[in-house]
Amino acid sequence: MSAYSTERILPVQAMSSAATAPPSVDKVDGFSRKSVRKAKQKRAQSSSQFRSQDKPIELVQLPLLKDVSAQEQPELFLKKLQQCCTLFDFMDTLSDLKMKEYKRSTLNELVDYVTVSRGYLTEQTYPEVVKMVSCNIFRTLPPSDSNEFDPEEDEPTLEASWPHLQLVYEFFIRFLESQEFQPSIAKKYIDQKFVLQLLELFDSEDPRERDCLKTVLHRIYGKFLGLRAFIRKQINNIFLGFVYETEHFNGVAELLEILGSIINGFALPLKAEHKQFLVKVLLPLHSARSLSLFHAQLAYCIVQFLEKDPTLTEPVIRGLLKFWPKTCSQKEVMFLGELEEILDVIEPTQFVKIQEPLFKQISRCVSSPHFQVAERALYYWNNEYIMSLIEENSSVILPIMFASLYRISKEHWNPAISALIYNVLKAFMEMNSALFDDLAATYKSDRQREKKKEKEREDLWRKLEELELRRGIQNSDGIIPT
Amino acid sequence: MAGADGDDSLYPIAVLIDELRNEDVQLRLNSIKKLSTIALALGVERTRTELLPFLTDTIYDEDEVLLALAEQLGNFTMLVGGPEYVHCLLPPLESLATVEETVVRDKAVESLRKISHEHSPVDLEVHFEPLVKRLASGDWFTSRTSACGLFSVCYPRVSSTVKAEIRQHFRNLCSDDTPMVRRAAASKLGEFAKVLELEYVKSDIISLFTALASDEQDSVRLLAVEACVSIATLLPQEDLETLVMPTLRQAAEDKSWRVRYMVADKFSELQKAVGPEITKNDLVPAFQNLLKDCEAEVRAAAANKVKEFCENLPEDSRETIIMTHILPCVKELVSDTNQHVKSALASVIMGLSTILGKDNTIEHLLPLFLAQLKDECPEVRLNIISNLDCVNEVIGIRQLSQSLLPAIVELAEDAKWRVRLAIIEYMPLLAGQLGVEFFDEKLNSLCMAWLVDHVYAIREAATCNLTKLVEKFGAEWAQNTIVPKVLGMANDPNYLHRMTTLFCINALSEACGQEITTKHMLPVVLKMSNDQVANVRFNVAKSLQKIGPVLDSNCLQTEVKPVLEKLAADQDIDVKYFAQEAISVLALA
Repeated sequence: MSAYSTERILPVQAMSSAATAPPSVDKVDGFSRKSVRKAKQKRAQSSSQFRSQDKPIELVQLPLLKDVSAQEQPELFLKKLQQCCTLFDFMDTLSDLKMKEYKRSTLNELVDYVTVSRGYLTEQTYPEVVKMVSCNIFRTLPPSDSNEFDPEEDEPTLEASWPHLQLVYEFFIRFLESQEFQPSIAKKYIDQKFVLQLLELFDSEDPRERDCLKTVLHRIYGKFLGLRAFIRKQINNIFLGFVYETEHFNGVAELLEILGSIINGFALPLKAEHKQFLVKVLLPLHSARSLSLFHAQLAYCIVQFLEKDPTLTEPVIRGLLKFWPKTCSQKEVMFLGELEEILDVIEPTQFVKIQEPLFKQISRCVSSPHFQVAERALYYWNNEYIMSLIEENSSVILPIMFASLYRISKEHWNPAISALIYNVLKAFMEMNSALFDDLAATYKSDRQREKKKEKEREDLWRKLEELELRRGIQNSDGIIPT
Repeated sequence: MAGADGDDSLYPIAVLIDELRNEDVQLRLNSIKKLSTIALALGVERTRTELLPFLTDTIYDEDEVLLALAEQLGNFTMLVGGPEYVHCLLPPLESLATVEETVVRDKAVESLRKISHEHSPVDLEVHFEPLVKRLASGDWFTSRTSACGLFSVCYPRVSSTVKAEIRQHFRNLCSDDTPMVRRAAASKLGEFAKVLELEYVKSDIISLFTALASDEQDSVRLLAVEACVSIATLLPQEDLETLVMPTLRQAAEDKSWRVRYMVADKFSELQKAVGPEITKNDLVPAFQNLLKDCEAEVRAAAANKVKEFCENLPEDSRETIIMTHILPCVKELVSDTNQHVKSALASVIMGLSTILGKDNTIEHLLPLFLAQLKDECPEVRLNIISNLDCVNEVIGIRQLSQSLLPAIVELAEDAKWRVRLAIIEYMPLLAGQLGVEFFDEKLNSLCMAWLVDHVYAIREAATCNLTKLVEKFGAEWAQNTIVPKVLGMANDPNYLHRMTTLFCINALSEACGQEITTKHMLPVVLKMSNDQVANVRFNVAKSLQKIGPVLDSNCLQTEVKPVLEKLAADQDIDVKYFAQEAISVLALA
């Protein structure tokens, strides 16, 4: 298990700056529907569990923990935990104001108490702590306010009960991080069911809550070895459900961030289970429509895997090619970015294995009519390491790339692209001038050969269709071919 | 026989397979879509021995290609030699049923279900059922989800030992540890229950149903609600209370709103399935709770079912139940905070009047209609107006006209053109119900104002609306009320308005008849042929073509022909084109 000891979570800020933010097409494209839409106001929403409460809530004010003797503290601590199980309706901003404030200050006191006190964690406290946390955080998330909630454009709905919820999360994190915390006792209460409910909360629309959940889940993963396989499997299920069933889950980025640190800690050689996770879960995530929301974290996970085990390069790149976006240029730019990250760490022996399909795709990107796609692909030629790989294998790559480059150099509508193409062609010419001249000389005849082949295909299909027609007539005459 | 098989020299399989392997996805896709042609060229034997093995082995491809393949194979029975050989199609479809992409898998399952019927009972046991078993015990969740959809097609046609095995497999999948598989099983539970013998429905299905309905994931639980409808239909009435109702009651109060939503959404079906007694005792209170649910989504789904639920109540107690239990909830929904709830209610509430009769409608429902007609949300008002006919039958629309008018006027001027469009569409209906006098007095001016709306769709709809009004009120009314106004617009400084005149004439000429068209409309059209805007001129040509059939031949020759000839010599190319077209269509050349 020591292999897991290197686990860490990168702070969110570091993650987002590590990712090359894709240029937003919306900003450029004046026709974009959403760019003209007004940003919605922040909305608040509470959990789905409140029915109108008729009676006001009364809690007995308890003395402060610091005001009682050390012997009395544990019992008072338990009482306060029990009090904090009381839930308030935050959508009603006028009800129970005093009691809401009392619970808030009690929670604050509890946070301080678990941070500084020693010897408070007796065996009876564990179930009470877990009960209090469960009462507060586990709830059915409300339906999303708008049907077409677009996380990129719309403001998220914020959790109305956050003033309490935040403190509960903070308390729980301090509790898990406390030096006196003993997983061997806690595992009776923090079990699979607990984790499952925790994972469901990652669908919360409130980014603040997802951030807390991320820390909580990471601590649990770190401390409860017995839950690790279970957590990974459940995350798998969430992702698979997201990709193949619902296309909707708000916490994909956060879960990927946790996975990034988990993958970092995987022992070598990688287990089959982990490889399967890479190929069958992480790669298909690329096909999601909302890829831009978690692409940085996803690419990080993928590169982590490849740094662990370079032999996975081939299946990964083949996977990316399989899921290559057909119509969304914005996603194509993201794919090209990720591919460059992969190429940055690729081993030359692996590169040779996938260069053909890879450069067939790159050649299509280079000739994309969308200039951002073409530009992103052409930037590869500014990357020294990729350049050296191309140079070593120019006899294979040049013939694949040549036709597109040659054609586009004359045709592309965007002068910046034409200039970049010109540089790339020049680089190829310097790399392998003999081959370059050959290709230039045969360009025309190659095109003619292609046309001829095209014609042959058309002939073939015409003949086949004639045959089908003839059969059809025979059939209608009552002669059934046997 | 030989002639019917493919000609080897002409169509070597290699060439065909090359087509299926082409580097260009689009070409590959095209070839796969013509797979039947290829099979035809090869003949049945070589399709079986060469083509199908190739397809089975090289199954790795783009999902789009796989989808096309899965679909094709469902129609391949004749191409492999008929039902006798249909099992040859199983290996490629089995692989397709295990791929990740849901649409491919679903299509493969669909095709498998289709060809299962073409298997003889023996083949079904020898070839098909083993495939289902393999899928059901596959490693990856995809094959197990696919298996869920295949049990019900083979169960009725296999021996009792095999039946027992199938039931066991289905049981296993219902408690699979992957939620995707449990969801697939739950969604097929009702279908599977239908093919089972009643004793097994009671022994097996009920326990599975109960387990799925209390699954830890709400996405599974809500699918069990769907199955509940089929299961309840299968069971004898006396067993429902013990076998189904505890679970249904629990679902109606589930902590997840998604499950409660599903209950609300399926409420009418559930009501029919459990029968009148249980409805009275259990469903009425459950429905009340759903109408008062804390989530707007649930309330809206329930509100949508109000009319159907009331309609299907047992006749002897219908009125009492509605008046004492349902109506109080409905009254609250009228002032709900959520507009979707109100608008769902508005789309069905008028239907209650036929159920409750005249007196109750006037006393209890009318105030609600009036309140909704004044709702701040246009959709609510629109939904009320669009269902006026139900009320009209019971109490007559006049009761509403005082409130109706302001509501209509406001909608007619709504800032959203889609709202304006919607209200225009109800104008003929309203006109019919309110009568010609009321219409002339209050609504006619609105209809005319729409003709000069700044949105084309509204002007177009307004034109169409005029036609319908003329059909309703007759040519004479048209001549007196709308034709003068329409023709007046021919002198408008805005060319779009001048064109509206032409569009109106196009629409109205037939309904107004020859006399009005010749006497009043034609002169205006002819005069407009001198318009300085080319768009107006070519629309004159189009209008003449359109109204030509209504005119007599003398008039065509003496009045229309010269104008069209003049337009045919216009300097604008479009004007020329449409003038020539009109000349040839009207046979004036």
